[in-house]
Parts: sequence; C-alpha cells; structure tokens
Amino acid sequence: MHVPLSAYLILSAFLFVLGVIGVATRRNALIIFMCIELMLNAVNLSFVAFSRFLNSMDGQIFVFFVMAVATAEVAVGLAIILAIHRNRETVDVAELNLLKW
Amino acid sequence: MELVLFVGLAAVAAVSGLLVVVQRHALYSAMFLIINMGSLAGLYVLLHAHFVWAVQVLVYAGAIMVLFLFVIMLLNLPREEVRWASRDLKRILAAALLSLVLLGELVLVVGFRSAGPSAGPALAPGFGTTETVGRLLFTTFLFPFEITSVILLVAIVGAMVLAKKHFD
Amino acid sequence: MTSWGVILGHWDLVLGDWASMPEMLETLIIMVVKVGVVFATLLLVAAYMTWIERKVIADIQVRVGPSRVGPYGLLQPIADGIKLFFKEDLMPGHVDRALFLLAPALSVVPAMIVFAVIPFGGTIPAFGFLSKPIPLYLSDIDVGVLYVFSVTSLGVYGIVLAGWASNNKYSLLGGLRASAQMISYELSMSLSVVGVLILVGSLRLTEIVKAQAGFSWWMGILPVPNWFVFSQPIGFLIFFTCALAETNRAPFDLPEAETELVAGFHSEYSSMKFAMFFMAEYANMATASAVATSLFLGGPLGPFGSSPVWFVGKVFVLLFVFIWFRASLPRFRYDQLMTFGWKRLLPLALANMVFTAILAVLWVR
Repeated sequence: MHVPLSAYLILSAFLFVLGVIGVATRRNALIIFMCIELMLNAVNLSFVAFSRFLNSMDGQIFVFFVMAVATAEVAVGLAIILAIHRNRETVDVAELNLLKW
Repeated sequence: MELVLFVGLAAVAAVSGLLVVVQRHALYSAMFLIINMGSLAGLYVLLHAHFVWAVQVLVYAGAIMVLFLFVIMLLNLPREEVRWASRDLKRILAAALLSLVLLGELVLVVGFRSAGPSAGPALAPGFGTTETVGRLLFTTFLFPFEITSVILLVAIVGAMVLAKKHFD
Repeated sequence: MTSWGVILGHWDLVLGDWASMPEMLETLIIMVVKVGVVFATLLLVAAYMTWIERKVIADIQVRVGPSRVGPYGLLQPIADGIKLFFKEDLMPGHVDRALFLLAPALSVVPAMIVFAVIPFGGTIPAFGFLSKPIPLYLSDIDVGVLYVFSVTSLGVYGIVLAGWASNNKYSLLGGLRASAQMISYELSMSLSVVGVLILVGSLRLTEIVKAQAGFSWWMGILPVPNWFVFSQPIGFLIFFTCALAETNRAPFDLPEAETELVAGFHSEYSSMKFAMFFMAEYANMATASAVATSLFLGGPLGPFGSSPVWFVGKVFVLLFVFIWFRASLPRFRYDQLMTFGWKRLLPLALANMVFTAILAVLWVR
C-alpha cells in the first residue's frame, strides 16, 4: 500500500495554514517567528514530496537552500528581537506601534 | 508498512504543529516545534531523502531551535495573557476564517488533483544520497551554493552587530 | 528508540511487500536480540565506569579507591545504585514539572541511540538454522556519520531544559554555559571528521571501517595498520578534544564542577533523575569513544579479522584516556574554554580539512 502524493501535499497545506493562523493571531514575536519556521518546514515537505514523485533531485537541493536561508533568517531575526526587548522591555507586537498614525 | 508509518508521523506532525500555535508560553511552543521537525525528518526518510533528513535534524532541530531556546530563556518572558480586546477578536476571527478558506483551496486544488500514479516513478539509483546532493551542489547549483555562503556570512555579521550592547 | 535506527537500516525489508513470514520473524528476532545485547552492554558499561574511574583516579593519586564493598570494591556501583534508588526523589515547588521530568530522559536517549549505527564486529556466520550471516551492527544507514552528529546535537536539550526547569538561577546559568560550550565544540568536531570522509568517500560507518583494513609498512620495517589516526592525527586530536568538551569532562567540566555554581544544571535533581544524568554522562563518554574508534582507530578490526573484542578493547583504551585527563589536568575557565573552541580549534579543523583536500587531489588514486 503506497502513500499517494496528495497525502503529503494535504499535510503540507495543513501545516502551512497552521503557520499562517499563528502569524496572524499571536502577539508574542517569538511565537510568530516559530510559526514562520513552521511554514518553511511545510514548504520543505512539499518540495521533498514533489522531488520524490517526479524523480528529480532539484526539490531536495532547494530544500538545502531553504534551510540555509532559514538559518540566516533565524539568527538575524532573533538578534532583532533581542534588540527590541532591550529597548522596549516587551516582545508583544501590539506594543510596537511607534510608527502608527 | 509505509502507510502505517506515514499515518503515525503525519498525525504527530499535525498535532504538534497545532500545539505550536496554541501554547501560551513560548518555550512549550519551541518544544512542540522540535517534535514537529523530528516527525518531518521521519517523513523525509519515507520519501528517500537521506541527506535532507540528516540535515533537518542536525541544523533545524539541533541548532536553530537551540538558538530559539537560548533567546526564550534569556528574555525570560511571562506567559502570554489572553486579554484580547474586541477589535483584536474581530481581527483574529477574520484571520482564522481566511486561513481556513486558504486551506480549503489548497486541499481541493493541489491535494486531490496531483498527477501521476499512486506509487511514484522508479527512482534513479543513488537518489537522495549525499553523493548525489554533493555532486549537484558543485555542478548545476554552484552559484546558489556560493551565494548561500555569502548570505550566512552576512547573517553572522548582522546578528553580532544587532545583539551588541554598546559600540566601543 | 534504538529500534528506529534498526528500522532505518532494514528499510528495504520494511518498505516492500511482506517477505515470507518465517524470514520476517527471524529478522525481527535477530534485531531484538542485537538491540538487547547492545543496550544491556551500554548500561553495564555506564554503571561500571563509575568504579573504573574511581579506581584509576585513585591509582594515579596513589591511593586505594573503593575497596570495601565486595572484592576490590566491585559491588560499589551496585551499592551506589541502591543508595540513589532509595533517596528521596525531591521535586522543588516551583519547577516546571513536565520539563523537569523530561530533561534527564532527553540527556540519556541521544547518547544511546548513536549505537544504532556503530559497527562493533564483523559477521557471525550463518549456522544451520539461519538464512544468512548476522552482521554485527544494528543498522548500516547511508548517512551514518551525519546521523551520529545530528543525534549528539540533540543532547544539548537535556541540559538546557534541566537548567531552565529547575527554576534556580545557578542551574539556569550552569545549563546555559554547558549548552553554549557543547554547541561551540560540536562545530569543530564535525569539521575534524571531514578529513576522514575525504579519504573514504562515503558516510557509511561500515565503509569507513573497511577503509582502515590492512597494513602499511612504515619506513619499510614497521607494520602499521591503516587506521586514520595515523593519516589524520590532527583530526583525531581535534575530535578527541571536542569529545571531552561535548561530554562536559575535565578539563572542560566547568559547568558541572562541584566547586562552581553549586552543581550546575543538575543541582535540583535527586535520586533516580540524578542517576540518569550521571548515567548520561558516562553513556556519552562511551558513545564518543565508540565513534572515535570507528572513525579513527579501525573499529572492530584486528590483526586476525573483525571481532567485538577488539572494538571493546579500543573503546576502553579511549575511556581510560578520558579518565586520565580528568585526574591530571586542571579545569579551563569559561572564557578560556570558549576562546579555545572558537579561536583555536575551529581554524585548526578548517585548516586540517583544506590540507587533507589538497593532498587528496594531488594524490589522486
């Protein structure tokens, strides 16, 4: 009994939408960041699933680059969150409204 | 057998993904995200992506999440309080509804209309092995590979500058 | 958990159609027996390392060590185990209960599941009732070395969560220090192995062991085995130093030294959970030694073929060196430790990698 491609894609879509809900709903900047990582992981799953079902290595190579970029993004993003916390003593994104009209 | 493993891993991934989004305390979100990444690594094994699963555990679950944990512990935040104002509630409901619409769209368009037979084509020998990935990275994808090293260098310098307390 | 690695190794059996029932059952039974033997041996080694360590350190310090409980103090670990078992298992008031309970397990498990890929012998030939010879490894996955490093990098979580969950500033600082030390030295450890990988061309541990077979004649007179410790000496030294730092052993044991920071990340733990941390440290040492013997010392290879006896012997030699370092060297201060890891070992590992790559290209075989 083999697992069809659509199963992997539905799982990937579900995880992606969970990430979207998390980013739109939560107020803690760190949790928002983690939901972004969840979205990236969901997309990685799609890439790897397509790579296997189309017998092409391009998907997995792209996953490698997504991971490298995610690493860089996490490092810089966490540094930004630390800097914000040092200045405003909060990581609640609703409190970061200096530029609001 | 593959089906059993897939269902198990997919269930763990889905449930832990849900728990990432719902937790009050950032540390528990991080722990569930680690479980999520682990189950995704298991799914990559099912998809014959040998190098990718090892790198997923090594880099994502083993390094990036440790960084997250460090920052969460250094910031020492209290639990997020559930004091949503009424305008917040409208925003959250709208976001949730639209996300569910997105999910429906994705499932209907991509999920049920993916082409190809159920079993997938026979794979080339050495599919997903480190040797194949290495060979491709140094031939076809050499330019993105070199640019990635520059991106990582920029990230290192940027993180150090942003996190410094004062400039000498 | 070890069965996960076993499933990975026998993937073709698991993935395809059900093979004939007796064959499947035979494979399953052999797997279970192998896992049981390896696991039991690992636990026994972790327990008796306490005795070995105390005796060896005592010898180095010209005193006797445990000698009262049983002949030569051999029942000391059992006595210690019983004592720890009967101690009161305290859980302080404001700890984070789930993480407090999870942390010791998270420390022990990664150390043990690395053994799923380490080859510890040759093959047991097929006797009358077996369908094929039994290879003496639990699984032989394609990315063995990457598996080892990815699993050891998960060992950081046990320490950092123990420090956090204890709700105690000394534990937190100890935990953060220990984990920062571990992730710093992980990098140099992985890079030091790249030289070996260049020489072998594969990530499979069985291939790496096979590549170390045979002898070469040094200066025409001395037979020297083809082990990578002779062709990659700097790699081995860096790997061993990083293994000392990864396992939080002297001279890198600042995070858990009794004279510093109370007892570091495991201050609030007592009884069985503390025993788990203790066991995790010795299991980590055994794991690091096992990986070092597979990669650099030829694993189970000996002059008359592969055998678990050689493997265990080499692992114990490395464990002795671990204990020897603890007895002889003073501990590093934390900033010295971090400087050493980032400014000395990492460039040295990179230089070793580049040098090996250049030599490999020049000596194209």
